[in-house]
Amino acid sequence: METSGATENAPLPRATRRSIWLLGLLPVALIASVVALFAVLGVPGLGERPGVPVEELVVEQTTLRPGEIQLTVRNDGPDPVEISQVSVNDAYRDFTASGREIARLDAETITIPYDWVEGEAYEAFLLTSTGGTIVHEIDAAVGTPASGLTFFGLMALLGVYVGVIPVAIGMLWLPFVRRIPQTWLRFLMALTVGLLAFLAVDAVLEGVELFGEEGGAAESFGGVALVFLGAIVAYLALAAVQTYLEKRQERAKAAGASGPYLALIIAVGIGLHNLGEGLAIGSAYTVGALALGAFLVVGFAVHNTTEGLAIVAPIASRPPSLARLAGLGMIAGAPAILGAWIGAAAFNPSVAAFLLGAGAGAIAQVIQQLLPSIRDRAGRALHPVSAGGMVAGIAILYLTGLLISA
Amino acid sequence: MTRRAPWRAQPAAGLGTVLTRRRLFAGLAPILGTAAAAKFTGLGQAAEAGSGHGAPTAHARHSHAFQAGRAVDHQANGFNPSDIVRDFDMGQTSRLPDGRVLREWEIVAEDKEIEIAPGVKYPAWVYNGRVPGPTLRCRQGERLRIRFINASSHPHSIHFHGIHPANMDGVDRESGEVATGESFTYEFEAQPFGMHHYHCHTAPLAEHVAKGLYGVFIVDPEEGRPEADELVMVMNAFDTNFDFSNEIYAVNTVGFHYQNEPIRVKRNELVRIYLHNILEYDPVNSFHVHANFFNYFPTGTSLQPTEFTDTIMLAQGQRGILELRFPHAGKFMFHAHKHEFAELGWLGFFEVVD
Repeated sequence: METSGATENAPLPRATRRSIWLLGLLPVALIASVVALFAVLGVPGLGERPGVPVEELVVEQTTLRPGEIQLTVRNDGPDPVEISQVSVNDAYRDFTASGREIARLDAETITIPYDWVEGEAYEAFLLTSTGGTIVHEIDAAVGTPASGLTFFGLMALLGVYVGVIPVAIGMLWLPFVRRIPQTWLRFLMALTVGLLAFLAVDAVLEGVELFGEEGGAAESFGGVALVFLGAIVAYLALAAVQTYLEKRQERAKAAGASGPYLALIIAVGIGLHNLGEGLAIGSAYTVGALALGAFLVVGFAVHNTTEGLAIVAPIASRPPSLARLAGLGMIAGAPAILGAWIGAAAFNPSVAAFLLGAGAGAIAQVIQQLLPSIRDRAGRALHPVSAGGMVAGIAILYLTGLLISA
Repeated sequence: MTRRAPWRAQPAAGLGTVLTRRRLFAGLAPILGTAAAAKFTGLGQAAEAGSGHGAPTAHARHSHAFQAGRAVDHQANGFNPSDIVRDFDMGQTSRLPDGRVLREWEIVAEDKEIEIAPGVKYPAWVYNGRVPGPTLRCRQGERLRIRFINASSHPHSIHFHGIHPANMDGVDRESGEVATGESFTYEFEAQPFGMHHYHCHTAPLAEHVAKGLYGVFIVDPEEGRPEADELVMVMNAFDTNFDFSNEIYAVNTVGFHYQNEPIRVKRNELVRIYLHNILEYDPVNSFHVHANFFNYFPTGTSLQPTEFTDTIMLAQGQRGILELRFPHAGKFMFHAHKHEFAELGWLGFFEVVD
């Protein structure tokens, strides 16, 4: 950017610009014509694949309701698959499905009336039209939480815990923080970084576990790669927003903008962070990783309390009205509710993997934002106090993790 | 053989751990440090309501069955279990110079895809276009001549149970491996009387039998048996995914067929069942009839029953004759008393009418 000279920005003659476009489009046009030629000529080996049809189905979701087992199945293979019969515990059962044939990447919901018993193990197999079997095990039957009003209420409540309440509480810390030594504050910030680092690793591992032996997610959409794609996309998106807001902030400062305006911009930025956090919590809940959900709630609640500080800092000298403070808190915290809803409603494992990754990416971005606040006077980020804080943060979640799996 | 599609067994995604995690989350709630946290876990439990014993629904009437409202296309199969159950192939008879009866059949082996449950196709090998093959019936002491033509893409044979010379046994090079497009004529005397069977004996044996090359071979005693409504029941099964265990069990090939189309018999009339177990991959099969008892003649080689019972078990290749009368009108279930087989298709009904 800083090296961009006037010559590079000088407008090119119209004709030159057109020829540049043509040069850019040439390979694309060539590829298109080759594909068209193949399609028209029906080149042997294109339309037909030798051998028997490949039937790859994965059971993405198991829903247990009173007197009913419901399986959501996705066709993860290259050929359409027809589910002809369904067996539960070595007994064929009547079932309903919207159609017979499942096209590639399509999903189908199979509903089996079944008088299941809580805590018992079940093994279902789906018999395809060619006689293939797709086996699905239910380790211990437990009723699925209904996704009605109660469920969305629960998600909203989670969002309130994660977003609204901690931010509000953090804003109340202002008088305290104004009086504590800088070193203490740095330790608190480092502790938050430690907590978040643990959560990011956990979210990635959870996303990876959706696939492979223990999972059951279709891999045609990218599988494990989705977790990392989600992380990268979320990180880049939040970083871009951050940069954009900073730019506006600078301009606002230059134009002599008031503290409240800066606080609003920061609140909007934090709100975007909290949307990602809500997504991570909602998706963790729906894939059954509720313990991670609990972790996230604790971690985000602690972290978001510190976010409250960031909002009130610019307006410390001129305390605004309570209503205005509440409004800023909502802008920063409420998106967590929306995120939790979206995360919980998007029960698709591939989407869940992406969202878990997005959560990790968001965390990475927040850590990066927090790092300046833990630097000591010499500008070092990793001094004894900050390192101790981070280790303490990681230790807190590690130890609570031991409690949970015990 | 090598046709094994890459199905993937997929265990549940951590469902089993949800309960414990939820409970422990309640333990974690105080860490949240807000009163509303208790409300959160309370809601979690409320959402769980409805677990426990799932209540049976209106669909429960189809408890042992395939998906409702679907049927096998018998016409495409070229045979119908409702016909097979009373179909006896007497062959062509003529007199030999010495006055004895010569009975002749022609049996063609071929590859054929058949529907063994609604919507489930199986690449079978068949005798005369059907599974089980034709029920060959003759009288003790007759001369039998079976011309076997192999129209399948694999070598096949016919091995008869009975008393006959070694070169007619269907296991040596000539009689036991009839190549594609070739034929072999099996010739022997019908001995002893009883309820027998025949099947392909070409290697690999288990596969050649499991794919459908078998049938019932009845040798009537010279004096005959009492007049009766005679039924043939071949207990078979199909390993549809070629993992050496069966997915579909049946009597006369199509799972649950006689549940959807019960076998009609007359009240108080003598019913004789020629029962055969040709199950591959499972060691034992059984037969149980509801609300009735039958006389049992093992292998049908004696005219005196050995047992009066309602349940018998048969090992692979074992068979026998059952005789019974139904004193009451109505629908009576019959099935394998190994309930796994019953619920995987080996279950049907008699419909007793006046």
